Amino acid sequence: MTAITIRLKGCRKAFADGTVAVHDLNLTVEGGETLAILGPSGCGKTTTLRLIAGLESPDVGQVFFGDQDVTRLPIERRDVGMVFQNYALFPNLDVAGNIVYGLKIRGMSAPERNKRCEELLELVGLQQHGKRSIHELSGGQRQRVALARALAPRPKVLLLDEPLAALDAQLRERLRSELDQLLRGLGITSVFVTHDQGEAMALGDRILVMEQGRVAQLASPREIYQQPANAFVAGFVGNLNAFSVLEHTPDGVKVSGGELPWHAADRPATVYCRPEHLRVMEGEGHLHGHLLAQFFQGAQSRLLVDVGGAQPLLVDSSDNQLHAVGAPIALAVAPHMLFTLNA
Amino acid sequence: MKRSSLFVMQLLFTLLVCAFMLVPVLMSLLAGLTRNFFVGVSSGLTFDWLIQVWQAYSPTVWLSLQLAVACAVCVCVIGVPAAYALVRMNNRFSRAFEELMVLPVAMPGLASALALLLTYGQFGTFRSSWLFILVGHVLFTLPFLVRPVMAVMQRQQLPVLEEAAASLGAGLIKRFFSVVVPNCRAGILAGVLMVVTLSLGEFNLTWMLHTPMTKTLPVGLADSYASARLEIASAYTLIFLLMIVPLLVALQAISARLSRGERR
Repeated sequence: MTAITIRLKGCRKAFADGTVAVHDLNLTVEGGETLAILGPSGCGKTTTLRLIAGLESPDVGQVFFGDQDVTRLPIERRDVGMVFQNYALFPNLDVAGNIVYGLKIRGMSAPERNKRCEELLELVGLQQHGKRSIHELSGGQRQRVALARALAPRPKVLLLDEPLAALDAQLRERLRSELDQLLRGLGITSVFVTHDQGEAMALGDRILVMEQGRVAQLASPREIYQQPANAFVAGFVGNLNAFSVLEHTPDGVKVSGGELPWHAADRPATVYCRPEHLRVMEGEGHLHGHLLAQFFQGAQSRLLVDVGGAQPLLVDSSDNQLHAVGAPIALAVAPHMLFTLNA
Repeated sequence: MKRSSLFVMQLLFTLLVCAFMLVPVLMSLLAGLTRNFFVGVSSGLTFDWLIQVWQAYSPTVWLSLQLAVACAVCVCVIGVPAAYALVRMNNRFSRAFEELMVLPVAMPGLASALALLLTYGQFGTFRSSWLFILVGHVLFTLPFLVRPVMAVMQRQQLPVLEEAAASLGAGLIKRFFSVVVPNCRAGILAGVLMVVTLSLGEFNLTWMLHTPMTKTLPVGLADSYASARLEIASAYTLIFLLMIVPLLVALQAISARLSRGERR
């Protein structure tokens, strides 16, 4: 089975109260790709997923699965598998009953259904749990049952709405890597919605960052992080230090606290860098300031350094050396780690 | 102690209230088993009255049961989809409809019955069949099923469950029977319990709608109060209680088990 391509052509969706959830969205999800839709709440990411699913139909525009126009098809005829935020498992059915629900609807015979059910229980590691009631399952197990149920009828497309949001942090991490392996193994076209940038980075082949119903950026996780399209994207995926340029010099830019290396031809008014790209130096550095606070975070520590700018700089340092509050701090940055942004 | 004397007074008061309500029931039961109520229990106890009632009025018992079951079935068939539609629509129209549905309960039964007679009384066969009474009962009991079912539907995360079923390929009808109905069992059962009880005891409407050939138990009861000995009427009450109390206990037990199952 070749994986199917999903295309949205100029899709717009407004709600009854007039707010536009999605503005003229054009999007192609390649066959077999995992696309993460990332954004703050209310950015239209869930609506986009529901447009693909067929739970909403666009006011304007078309949705294609491969060459087929599915815009007017309701979800039950689109052949999609969907994992809902709170799993939406049927409480009146046991685990196996939930998994075979879609197979029953398709009229599969009982022996075939049972065989497929066993396959899926094994796939998600719940072999002995077929007869369990939904109420007896932990959050992680429910998530797996929801996934197995969605995958059972071999859908063309897998859609996941905040699939890990309802789990605690440790379990989330583990299930994230399991989900990653599973999606890669299946080679199915999948789209998932998340507000967690870590999840998007880990699972997505590409990430669609949305802002107020529009595409802010659609690119690989690496690109999103290292070359964010604008200040919104940069701020949403990770933290950011902004330097207002005071003066351009032949080999750099003067900013509060010192001078940064800048060799590009353009003359930006602001340059940016990520907290982990600022290095604490023993002696000389590009910037000089003093420590406001240090937060120990286990593998690394975060420093707040005042260099006289509008806001203190965030520095993520992995050396875990403790500095006294108020101590002078010298910071250096590699030239290629500085970037500019379109507003 | 002050507290204990207060407690004793409260207990006495409670017992007094209980006695006030229960003694008439017990008196009535006793009357149905006493040979001559005016002489008193000293005249001896007997099942004669019960046997006489059964000989004279057993058709009314069967008709009442038949009506109650038919009414429960009709109300389920109409009421569950109606509740679903009302919950799904949830607009001004649906709320107005909900109010309208309660109207036969708020209105005196005699008035609803009169309206039915005015409208359908001319259709002789229908007028004289038990189905005519059934229509009245369904009208009257419908809100007692629709209300609890709507309450359960609103509490459940039904919309999401339905979306899940749809994503697995289930159309509207399939979703209704495989997801909506099973997840509203507790509400439907509570409604049915109410409907059966109300239908068995309904008098106002039924009295207007019945014919000599379609007498229900409460109508027969009124008949016996008016025309027969006090002991007969009391024995009749006894039969009614024998019929409805086990039914109530059974249905209560089922709904308790169901709601326990759902909490787990």
